[in-house]
Amino acid sequence: MRVINMDHVAASPILPEVVDAMLPFLKEKYGNPSSMHGMGEEVTDSMDEAREKVAALINAKPQEIYFTSGGTEANNWALKGGLFANRAKGSHLITSSIEHFSIMHAIKALEKMGIEVTRLPVDKYGFVDPDDVRKAITPTTALISIMHANNEIGTIEPIAEIGKIAKERNVPFHTDAVATVGIVPVDVQDLNVDMLSLTANPFYGPHGIGALFVRKGTKISPLLDGGIQEGGYRAGTENVLGIIGMGKAAEIAITQIQNRMDHVRPLRDRLMKEIPAIIEEVGFVGHPTIRLPGNASLTVRYVEGESMLLFLDMEGVKIASGSACISRSLKVSHVMLAMGIDAGTAQGSLLFTLGTDNTNEDVDDVLRILPPIVQRLRDMSPLYKKTGRIKAAS
Amino acid sequence: MYNEVVMDHFTNPRNVGEIPNADGVGSVGNPACGDIMEFYIKVKDNVLEDVKFKTFGCGAAIAVSSMVSELAKGKTLDEAMQITNASVIDALEGLPKKKHHCSNLGADALHRAIEDYQAKQKGNAFDKPSDPPEVCSCPVCDVSDAEEAPYCASACERSSTK
Repeated sequence: MRVINMDHVAASPILPEVVDAMLPFLKEKYGNPSSMHGMGEEVTDSMDEAREKVAALINAKPQEIYFTSGGTEANNWALKGGLFANRAKGSHLITSSIEHFSIMHAIKALEKMGIEVTRLPVDKYGFVDPDDVRKAITPTTALISIMHANNEIGTIEPIAEIGKIAKERNVPFHTDAVATVGIVPVDVQDLNVDMLSLTANPFYGPHGIGALFVRKGTKISPLLDGGIQEGGYRAGTENVLGIIGMGKAAEIAITQIQNRMDHVRPLRDRLMKEIPAIIEEVGFVGHPTIRLPGNASLTVRYVEGESMLLFLDMEGVKIASGSACISRSLKVSHVMLAMGIDAGTAQGSLLFTLGTDNTNEDVDDVLRILPPIVQRLRDMSPLYKKTGRIKAAS
Repeated sequence: MYNEVVMDHFTNPRNVGEIPNADGVGSVGNPACGDIMEFYIKVKDNVLEDVKFKTFGCGAAIAVSSMVSELAKGKTLDEAMQITNASVIDALEGLPKKKHHCSNLGADALHRAIEDYQAKQKGNAFDKPSDPPEVCSCPVCDVSDAEEAPYCASACERSSTK
């Protein structure tokens, strides 16, 4: 059976060039960058090159890139390290109500330690209003953290505008850009951010490696104390293999980003246009145009996401959903609830995240496979019956 | 994630549908929790002659509904009232822990249909279900799952206020 991966947010394939670049570091180049001898030096040189490439991807300086174990660590570090270093300024944090768990739960932990939190609402498209940020800033605001884009809804936030406000008011500003770096052009100068989290897999690098951009002059304390790796800001022997892979993936992303966007956008547009044309009562999630190019987020009424995903999986189609039954916490996506989507509708969430490996044939297959699955589940659903409609032939 | 028995009942659910002029109807769950199960029963000589269901929910919810309908069919009302959460899980040869609440719902919906039938026999309108329907059974609130517990309470509040 043909496998169609439209769940790139969970896992994107690692580019063969990236694997090739990594292999020597699994074999002969196993040195520790901290060693003073030649084995360490050759690894350090390769790591420095990788850092330059990652920096170039977001228009930062290499010395502003700190490698981490991924987006979760980068987000935790930005919040905890940022607030700790700025505690003289105050203990007020501004964030949004649609953040990733690695921000949301880190903030819950900080709240228990006395940090005061303002969670800004979003509108029906999922946008944070920069004016709300302006109004929320107080003299004790020590940090603002608002994500660049949420993969569940695809909407891209007005980060540059929020960054301008933060700059004017002299408040450090962090953005979680895991969903955007390598997917759309991201420039830390244009965005006016002081810190930015990124991870390698979305741009076809390996899992388990990410980075935090920390603008020169931004106060931050280490999250992990220990040796003097990463300038003493992130202790622990470097994940050389991951760093090399991330560097190679960044190098390729710089030249390929426009092609990738041009590749996934028309496929995404087909899904967004053609699914509602063949299945009744399908809703859009997020903004129609100011969104991630490969992201189609939909809700199918009267059916639940997990059961759709299971049937799709049997036919080789791999996608995601924000349904409660999918999540480990058994709760409907807080992101969709924050946008005003009711919990029942959100249960029917379907999330397609496309990548370079997807084709028009993949979209054709999804359009063929999905409608009978939806009809089958709707025929079983007590909610569908109650609407008393005449069912469309599938 | 699911074993073969569960997948079999999910992909080929038994007794899906409604019974016109059912002797009893029982419904549990709400869309916020992710599952709604509706059971229809036909009773003859105190025996469940026919059982059908309609379910909105995940793979486990559909498999549970199907299994409950199979377990109940042909049983006396008393026997059917003895079908428990645990016996449904056993019959399915296990469910992931976070899906255990689905099995609760299946037995509850069947029991409610039987109670509905019994109330009608006595000439009473069945109005008050024996257990509260609007509560999200939340297995992660289970203190044994300490990992999720710190974040669960607020999430529960949020979905129940929606």
